[in-house]
Amino acid sequence: MTEETKQEFWRWTESNYRNPDLDWNSAKHITVGVDVGSVSSQAVIMADGAVLAYGNMRTGADSPNSARNALKYALDAIGDMPEERMDYCIGTGYGRVNVPFADRSITEIACHARGANFIYGPQVRTVLDVGGQDIKAIQCDERGKVTHFLMNDKCAAGTGRGMEVFADLLGVPIQKVGDRSFDYKGEEPEAVSSTCVVYAKSEATGLLRKGWSKEQVLAAYCKAMAERIYALIERVGVKAEFAVTGGMAKNRGVMDRVMPMVGLDRMQTDYDTQIAGAAGAALFGYALCQKGKGRKK
Amino acid sequence: MLANYGYKDASGDFFITIDTDKCNGCSECVSACPMSCFEVLDEDPNDPLREDPVAIVSPVKKKSLKYECGPCKPTADPSPLPCVQACPRQAVSHSW
Repeated sequence: MTEETKQEFWRWTESNYRNPDLDWNSAKHITVGVDVGSVSSQAVIMADGAVLAYGNMRTGADSPNSARNALKYALDAIGDMPEERMDYCIGTGYGRVNVPFADRSITEIACHARGANFIYGPQVRTVLDVGGQDIKAIQCDERGKVTHFLMNDKCAAGTGRGMEVFADLLGVPIQKVGDRSFDYKGEEPEAVSSTCVVYAKSEATGLLRKGWSKEQVLAAYCKAMAERIYALIERVGVKAEFAVTGGMAKNRGVMDRVMPMVGLDRMQTDYDTQIAGAAGAALFGYALCQKGKGRKK
Repeated sequence: MLANYGYKDASGDFFITIDTDKCNGCSECVSACPMSCFEVLDEDPNDPLREDPVAIVSPVKKKSLKYECGPCKPTADPSPLPCVQACPRQAVSHSW
C-alpha cells in the first residue's frame, strides 16, 4: 500500500527570537504575555518592558498545551532562563481562560492596542488586527488605551483562516499568496461575490473551471477580503497613523488592496506583527508589577 | 471608550454600542432588557487599568443580537428601546 503525501500549502513558518542585547539576570521584572489565538499562539517574554524573547506557533486543538508549547518555544530561544523566573503572566486571545500558568487574563482588544502602541510607536491611532478567525478595528490614544473598538468574531470571512483555505485550494504556499496575487497582468478582476469562506471557495472552483489562472483567482479573493476588512474599519473610522497587526499584515495581496481604500500608508515595523497581542499582555503585566499589583510571592 | 458588541454579516450590521466613559455600571440596562443581553462587570475587560464597574453585552448574546433584539424591534410601530430608555446616561445605542 502506498500512502498519499501532499504538500500543505497553508502551513506558515513558526519562529522564535531572542534579543541578544538583553540580559534577563539583571532585569527587575520578567513578565510574560501569552496570546492563544484560533490559529496561532504566541508567548512574549519581556524584561522590564522590553522584548527579551518570543515564540510564535500554530495553535493545536488543545489550548492549554498550545500555551505551554509557545512559552517553551520562547524559553528555548533564551536557553538558560528557568520558567520560575517569570514574575507575572497574562493570557489573552480566544484561549485566554485556558492558559494554565497565567496569573490573569485580559481581552485581546486591550492587548492589541497596547501591543501596537509598543511595536509601532505612540503615534498609532487606528489598529487593524486581522487574526486567524476574527477582525478587530481599534482606535486608541497615545498611551495605547482603547477609545473605540469593534470586533467581528462571528464569521471567519476575510480572516487568516480563509486565506489558508485558499492557499490550499490553489496550491500556492501561504507566504507567496500576496506576491502571486499581483502577478496577474490583466485588468484587476472583480472581487469574488461572497466573502463567506465556504461559498467563496466554491465560487473560486467555478472560476478555475472557467479557465481563470490561479493568480487571477487569488487577486479576486484578496480583493474580496480587502473590501470586507474595509467595511469594518469604516464603522470605527480611520485616524492617522494606521497600523496593522496579526498574520494578515504579512499578506501584501490583501493589505495593498485595503490601504488605497483607507487612504493612508500603513506603518512599518521590524517586529513580527503576530506578536502584538502577546506583547501587549506582557506590557500590562509589567504595568501591574510596577504598581505593586504583581504576583504575591 | 465606545465599545461595539455584535457582528456584521451578509444581512447587515448588528452592533450595540456602550459608551464606557458615560456608563457607571448602574445596572439599569440589565433589568430593563427582556432578553438579558446586558451584564455588569466590576472591571472593564477591555480596559484592565480602569477600576470602575461597567456594562457589557453578555458574551453568549453578542453573536445573535439580530434575533435577541428582534422582539423589541418590530418593523411596524417600533416603540423606544427599553435599554436605551432605561440608561440614565445615554450610554447605550444600537447600529440598526
